[in-house]
Amino acid sequence: MSDVIYSRPKSLNNISTHYCPGCGHGIAHRLIAEVVDELNIRESVIGVTPIGCAVIAYDYWNFDCSEAAHGRALAVATAIKRVRPQNIVFTYQGDGDLAAIGTNETIHAANRGENLTCIFINNAVYGMTGGQMAPTTLLGQKTATTITGRDQKLHGYPLKISEMLALLPGVKYIERVAMDSPQGILKAKKAIRLAFENQINNAGFSLVELLSPCPTYWGVSPKEALRWIKEEMTKVFPPGRIK
Amino acid sequence: MVNPKPKKILLSGNEAIAEGAIQAGCQFYAGYPITPQNELTAYMAKHMPENNRIFIQSESETAAINMVYGASAAGARAMTSSSSPGISLKQEGISYLAGAELPAVIVNIMRAGPGLGNIWPSQADYFQATRGGGHGDYRCIVLAPSSVQEAYGQMFKAFELADKYRNPVMILGDGLLGQMMEPVEIVKAEGLDAKYDKPWAVTGCKGRERNITKSFHMNEGDLEKANLILQKKYAGIQKKEQDWEEFLIKDAKIVIVAYGSMARIAKGLVRKLRQGGMRIGLIRPVTLWPFPVKAFANRKPKVSNRKFLVVEMSYGQMVEDVRLSLEGSSKVEFLGRSGGGVLTQAQILRKIKALL
Amino acid sequence: MTERVFIAGAGGQGVMLLGKVLATAAMKQGKSVTWLPAYGAEVRGGTANCMVIISDEEIGSPYIEEADSMIILNQPSLDKFSGILKNKGLMVLNSTLAHSDKINSAGTLQFPFTDLAVEQGNIKIANMIALGAYLAKNKVVSTDSIVETMKEMAAGRPELLEINKKALFKGVQLADGK
Repeated sequence: MSDVIYSRPKSLNNISTHYCPGCGHGIAHRLIAEVVDELNIRESVIGVTPIGCAVIAYDYWNFDCSEAAHGRALAVATAIKRVRPQNIVFTYQGDGDLAAIGTNETIHAANRGENLTCIFINNAVYGMTGGQMAPTTLLGQKTATTITGRDQKLHGYPLKISEMLALLPGVKYIERVAMDSPQGILKAKKAIRLAFENQINNAGFSLVELLSPCPTYWGVSPKEALRWIKEEMTKVFPPGRIK
Repeated sequence: MVNPKPKKILLSGNEAIAEGAIQAGCQFYAGYPITPQNELTAYMAKHMPENNRIFIQSESETAAINMVYGASAAGARAMTSSSSPGISLKQEGISYLAGAELPAVIVNIMRAGPGLGNIWPSQADYFQATRGGGHGDYRCIVLAPSSVQEAYGQMFKAFELADKYRNPVMILGDGLLGQMMEPVEIVKAEGLDAKYDKPWAVTGCKGRERNITKSFHMNEGDLEKANLILQKKYAGIQKKEQDWEEFLIKDAKIVIVAYGSMARIAKGLVRKLRQGGMRIGLIRPVTLWPFPVKAFANRKPKVSNRKFLVVEMSYGQMVEDVRLSLEGSSKVEFLGRSGGGVLTQAQILRKIKALL
Repeated sequence: MTERVFIAGAGGQGVMLLGKVLATAAMKQGKSVTWLPAYGAEVRGGTANCMVIISDEEIGSPYIEEADSMIILNQPSLDKFSGILKNKGLMVLNSTLAHSDKINSAGTLQFPFTDLAVEQGNIKIANMIALGAYLAKNKVVSTDSIVETMKEMAAGRPELLEINKKALFKGVQLADGK
């Protein structure tokens, strides 16, 4: 007799993703799918997908999803949750979507204390458009639009949106996790699960920031990308529970 | 008990639009304050929660239209309102609504522009409203009320058309209509929102395949296919939904063409001039998109040398649609004013006298 | 019948309310009415005006190019707007706060509405005294209908109804006595 101890989550479709080798999006998608299955909410969950590399995340998940315009995911999610409070609504957003073009929507949804779950992928660069500076790009980091490295005099500092949001009384839970190792990935899943459970318990706004590898636009190997998260990114974006 | 006389109450255009929306089953409103439509938002803030509906004062017009997108995706009758500069901000969201084929109602109580302009009446957003306004090949259905009662009634029609065609519908009024008060007959209506099934809505995939609301079509040929579906829908709307009012045009030597507030001012003038024996008439487009081409095309007027005089609170926008509809068969003159000033009957009369 | 009334004064004098009461009362008598405010950014202290049209027919323009009657409660409004009154039109003027030698006295009713309101114990009711004076000269709307409207607007506040009713009939009495 044998037990199935590992299989494709029901919430994940059986197709290959379009992501580059070593990208963190596929892992984050799977973690969400596993949590949705484990919490038995596949038939009530509604995902709000971003513009960016994860624009077609809805192709990979097997549950209801709505696309949102660039940066507007939390405005869209706010309305879906207000109309259907019985459903579990989450957004999945990159750093450009959540912390640049959508900063306004992000801050105000959090400040209203919307009972939502927000999964924030921070990979310090714009992937879909070809490796330009993100609000979270590190100082000195070379991108297509910071050719000699990000310079605070010209480009400002990496934006710590999670720390900023933690100041808001409407926010229940914020945690940052580095997806730089199997242990990190397990921690990420735990944080995602808690962020969904909070919503199920009507606890308010929860956000999980995942430090996620982008070997392609960091110009390194997948393995080197994980080292860079651990040794460089976490210096600016320290993992741990922020609120 | 039958109420022999329906109750009339004095409402501003803004309040009537809000009350009409509530009676038409609007379940979700999001908006951001801007003059001259603030009474609409305030009315919704008070009366939506009283009716167990959702009201959100959003952080921006951009957020408001995207909230409408979310509410609509979730299956609710949803609307927002604003005035010209705020409507510019909403264009991104309106394009997404059209692309994802989501029903929504957007109210524009126009003020004068460009830029910050001022807060007084204008009709200078006609092009923006009727040509789509945002990016891509799409159209909004555009209704133009010319009285407070009509503004109230058009809210029922707006939500109906939005659901029927899964398309954004815009109510195009202006500061004059929004601010003025007139008696309104209130119709109590129930269950209007339940008329259209929304099997496409994102409600959780219990007992069915998952739903996705989106406007993104990356695979080669897919977007063209989706756009052709939209175009077919728009052609159907153009065929079926043109609406206009004709007033004393049969023997008219000059037919004034005007919509919204400008039309009621023109209509009052036509009535006055008819008493003095002048052969003047009026065509008032009620739908601005689809433009009522049928009111102009294929008509052989018995009156020779009939002229059309288009009167707008802009420097000439709807006049282009009138010219396109007439296809050169009649002379089209124009009188316009823009920047917050309302054309008076005396000004229109001067132009008419010059044309006769 | 069409009556175009232009009502103006300082912000806070209740000119908008005066117009709304008149328009609502006319509506109750089955008339077509429009009420159009001049709207702006000011809330208190600026000038305020509204245009009320009462008619047996459908009303075209809510905008008054030439007024049949005017109710003017302060000097700046008189200076700014008196030109739109038609020849031999009715001018109801608050002489506490506005004076003019140019006004044709035959068509003018001048009373110190503000002083009279203070005498009655509430400066805010000057508008209703002016309305009473206007209605005594132009019976376009019945005082019964005005009282009915006041009842609705002051629902649950009988003291408010009383003082406004008193003001209305004070105005009627003043104008009739002349």
